[in-house]
Parts: sequence; structure tokens; C-alpha cells
Amino acid sequence: MIGPKLAAARAAGALSRRAGRGGTSLPGKVLLRLEPEAIATLSSRLPQGSVAISATNGKTTTAAIVAAILARAEGRVVHNVQGANMAGGVASALLDASHGTRIDGEIGLFEVDEFWLDRVAPQLRPRALLLGNLFRDQLDRYGELETIADRWAAVLDRLPGTRLVLNADDPLVADLGLGRDDPLYFGVEDDAVALAHLPHASDSKHCRRCGTPLAYDAVYVGHLGRWHCPRGDSSRPAPAVTAANIRLDGTRGAQLLLRTPAGDAEVRLGLPGLYNVYNALGAAALALALGISLDDIVAGLEEVRAAFGRAETVQIDGHELAILLVKNPTGANEVLRTLALEAGEIDLLAVLNDNVADGRDVSWIWDADLELLAGSVRRVVCSGTRAPELALRLKYAGIEPERIEVIDDLEAGLDAALAGAGDRLYAMPTYTAMLALRELLARRGSTAGMFT
Amino acid sequence: MPDPVLRVCSLYPDVMNIYADRGNLLVLERRSAWRGIEVRITPAGFGDRIDPDAHDLFYLGGGQDRDQALCARDLVDTKRDALHAAADRGALVLGICGGFQLLGHVYELGDEEIPGLGLVDLRTVRSDGPRLIGNVAIEVELDPGEPRVLAGFENHGGRTHLGTGERALGRVLRGHGNDGRSGEEGVRRDGVIGTYLHGPLLPKNTWFADWLIARATGADLAPLDDRFEDAAHASARVAAGVPASGRAN
Repeated sequence: MIGPKLAAARAAGALSRRAGRGGTSLPGKVLLRLEPEAIATLSSRLPQGSVAISATNGKTTTAAIVAAILARAEGRVVHNVQGANMAGGVASALLDASHGTRIDGEIGLFEVDEFWLDRVAPQLRPRALLLGNLFRDQLDRYGELETIADRWAAVLDRLPGTRLVLNADDPLVADLGLGRDDPLYFGVEDDAVALAHLPHASDSKHCRRCGTPLAYDAVYVGHLGRWHCPRGDSSRPAPAVTAANIRLDGTRGAQLLLRTPAGDAEVRLGLPGLYNVYNALGAAALALALGISLDDIVAGLEEVRAAFGRAETVQIDGHELAILLVKNPTGANEVLRTLALEAGEIDLLAVLNDNVADGRDVSWIWDADLELLAGSVRRVVCSGTRAPELALRLKYAGIEPERIEVIDDLEAGLDAALAGAGDRLYAMPTYTAMLALRELLARRGSTAGMFT
Repeated sequence: MPDPVLRVCSLYPDVMNIYADRGNLLVLERRSAWRGIEVRITPAGFGDRIDPDAHDLFYLGGGQDRDQALCARDLVDTKRDALHAAADRGALVLGICGGFQLLGHVYELGDEEIPGLGLVDLRTVRSDGPRLIGNVAIEVELDPGEPRVLAGFENHGGRTHLGTGERALGRVLRGHGNDGRSGEEGVRRDGVIGTYLHGPLLPKNTWFADWLIARATGADLAPLDDRFEDAAHASARVAAGVPASGRAN
């Protein structure tokens, strides 16, 4: 009987909230301690089953897009929002939707931390699993990319009935589809948005079969692109779902021609940057794998606005503040590329924390191409637990020291940045800094919607 | 007297770069250039022969296990003799993280043995125990009687053991060091220096970058405006749990 355990887990969650600890995933953690198979038990009650998403970058945004599509096509979605994406967060979302032996939802949508996929996915047994990308991220916590790819390959062996939706442009991810029934591949096909060469921070640069450095016909984001092994041991699978004719509109949005086996459609995204084109493509492919109509997919894609610190824009003290989360070199590079598209010199609040969820090791800032900002920053305030090291990085990236100010305390840093800024201020926080910043903004009545 | 030049050979920059090794090279480059010292960085990749007399500093960073094994074989096959010749004439060889391990005789990874350059007497063994991860600070005495602090971050599965008679780079103030037990960190034999400290190392310790530039070029280095550098060094020290300035014990 799982019923009493659900009640106990809920009580623990309520207690924790009253004690002032947020703890979105705490009730789920308690539940899993009482009932290790709770994710399997509760998710099996969903009439339309579940889908799952994992990736280094873009999980939360991709899940938000898929949620918008599913809400149209399938009805009520059980979804672990706000990036609570380890087992406890998934269990909490299921717990919240459960009433007695019933679950209030048609379909489950779960973003899963790349390191937790092997513990969560076998319980969910998702109808479809979207694997988006693998980038260098928090080496102190996740270890090396190849290790994660190996873990993913092992978990896929335990999911024989799951349709795989894979990024053809990521060699490590594409490789996971070999020998599987009918994986659905997606990828970008637009040379106009290609980079001149592989960025410094790209990782997966060797053929997984023979170790030879991969050759690229086009590089799009990090090591994502149109790749092949020069010895012919592996190559990018031809994607069925593609984006072409991509037009990037700074931090405001992007347009693309979405090509699918169900037809083509012009899509206007309210999300900026090529990295969000990838998120949109993955979401569209996942929805196609579920048999959802192209009309619903396009409507869902166009409806989603940036949220929860992913290029989210809020109003504060007469300024527009755009929050662009950065977590790792490749994610940061895409944000920097997007910022570099803005006209004129920008005002920036850059926040570097080294809490566990950020990664204790802040080396990665030297792998990110902060040089992209040189010549386009009017003023930058550096805050956070490792603010001085970020300031130093900016100096060595070629930003004049006179334009850099260090104010460790986030609230004081925000005030200083606002005081000196024009109409628009950009904030570039790491994960825990983003949470703290949103909390600050919520206290001042500035964030809308999702933050509770 | 000719203008000073810093000639750096960057070994496998495309693969041995996992812990932001590029930051180390950038700091050498900028701090030299700001003083009018010309910097020439020459990459050396798989199969490339290197000229021991053409460079003052050979830099070897860290990589993923698979890349490190590939580099090890190439180093032994195509570059070992040149690096020995360079070390013998007093050139600097700086190995960081995986690069540090490759300076020694061997890295034992279970059944696999990855060969090293044998520039110093040390061996590394992959432990079944936890990786040694965290902020770290060590005290070094690069010039006799002048103890200084290096701060950084370490993340290694290997335990490195120095042979008798081989000297550590420094003693651990906070963190794990070579093997988590000996209190020793890194290795130093004249110009050959190895350490697990990344972060990267030189941006967090620009005084050490200057020491390397001065030794490699023989130039007298003019002081720079180091407010940002000093603050970053202090930040890394505090993260490791030692006082922001001064001697740390």
C-alpha cells in the first residue's frame, strides 16, 4: 500500500515549507525512502504514459516547450517544473498530482539530470526519451563526458520499448541510436548560422568508434554540427526533423523553417539564440514521436516565452532586466554569442557562485569565450562568491579594468548595476546566483509567474 | 641587448585542456605583452617533433582519460628525448593535473599502464577510493627563504607517489595533495614542475606566472597594476580556507 506513504511524504514537505526551507524535491525524497519504486508505481497510473528529457544544456527550456505542446494535444501534464530534476524532484511532481489511487493528469513530462537518468528512467519507462546534448559541465560533480555517455548507453539497454529522440548533431548522443529500432533524429541544416571553427570549449571531437578526430562540414554550437569520421567509421545520421533558414533576433527571439516528415512550417520563437533553436527542434521531434499534429507543435513552440532565468525579461526600477543563466562553457558561449548580437554597448551584471549546484570549481570561466564581450560592454558589475575571479577573467578577455566593478554582495551589486544602467540591463548568473537573483526580484515585485 | 622573447611550446592544446588550461597560457601571454615581452606560443600535437632549444617553457595540461592515454603514447614515441634535452639545459617544463602525472614514470590504471616521460621520479596509481576534489592551497619555496602560497582546485582519481630523493613542489595547507596523505603537493626538479592545482593555476597566482616569465626570459619584470589579480588570488585562498594574504600558517 503506497497510500499512507504518500501522506507521510506530503507531511514532511509541509513541515519543511513551514520551516522556511523551499525544498521542492523534499517530499519526493522522503517518498522514495519509504517506497523506492514510487516513481514506477505512480507514473504507471498516467493514462498516456510519460516522456523524459535529458541533456547537459536546455533541459528546462525544452521541457517548457514540450509542456506547452502537450497541454494542447494531450490535456493535463504532470511535469517537474523549476529544474527539480533528480529522483526526488520527479517523485515530488508525481506525488503532487496523486489523489488516493488516482493521478490528476494525462501524461507525464520529466526533465532528468544527466547523472540521474539511470536511476529514474527505468522506473518511468517513458514512451519517448529525448537526449539533447552532452557538454563539459561541472567536472567536479559529473566527471568526464565519455563516462556519462557510457552510463546513458547502459540505461538505454534497459528501455527496450522507449522511442529514442536524439540530436544527430552531437556525435556522442547520435551514437546512442546505433542498433536501436527507428530512433528519431533532429538537427540543424543551415550553413548561414555556422561558426568558422570548433570553439575552444568543444569536447566530443573524436570518433567514438576509432578515436580519429572528427571532421566538420559545419559547426553550430560547441561540438554540435554536421560531422563525420574521416576514416568512415561513423557519421551524422540524416535527421528527419530539421531547422533551416534560421534568423536570430538578438536576445529577443528567433525564426526558423521547421522541416518534418509531417510537413514544413515557419516558426517564430519567443526564445533567443541558436541554442534555443536546438531546444525547439528537440521538443518538436519529441512531440512528433508521440504522434502529435504539426499544428499543435507549431502553436506550442510559438507560445513559449523565456522563463526561470533562461533569457527571461522582467521590469525593475524603470529598467528592463534580461536574465541569462550560464552554467558551463558551451552554455555561456551561446549566451555570449547572443549578447554580442545586441546593438551598442551593453550594461551587465555578471554573477559567479561556487555552491555545489554551480560546481565548486570555477575553472570553466576560462574555457568560456568571454572575449566575445570585448568592445561591447559599457560597464560590468561582478558579484557572487567568486566575483573577483570573474572580474579577472573579464580583464584578461580584453575588457578595460575601468569598466569592471567588483561588488561581492548580490543585492548591492544589483543596485549598483541598475543605478548605472540604461534602459536595459543584462544579468548573467550561475545557477544558485540565478535563484538568489529571482528571489531578490520577487521580493521587489518584479518577477511574474513561475517563481513561487 | 635584444628584446626579450618568451617562447612557449604548448603540448596538445586541443585535447589536454580539460581544466581551462587555456587560462594559464592567456595569463603568460598577457602579462608578458604588457611588459613589452614578445610571446611566441607554438602548439605541438600528435606526431609533431619538437626542438628542445626552440622553447623556454613547455606546457602540458590535463585531458580526459582516453585523450591522456593517447598523448602519453605520442609523448613517449615522438617527444621524450627532446623534453629530456630541454629539461637538462634548464628549460621550464610545466605539467598540470594529467600533465603532472605524465612527467613521471607511469600511471597505473587497473590493468592498463600509461607510460610517462620519466623527467622526474614519480608514479601515479588510480585509486578505487574517491576522487580527490576541492579547493586547495599549498606553500611553496621556489626561491630559498621566500615561502609563497599557490591556491587552486584539484580533481584527480590518481594518487601520485614521489620517489625518495624527489622533492614536492610544496606542502599542503588545505586540500588533498598528491595522494591525500603525505601532505606533499606536486613535484619540482629545477625547471621541471608538476602540480594538481588547476583553476586554472596561473590566473589565481599571477605571482607564479611572473616567476615563470622571469626565469624563462631572464628579464627584469616591471610591476603591473595587479588589483584584480591580487583580489582573485585572495578569493582562491579564502575558498581553500587560508587567509587572504601573507604566509598562510
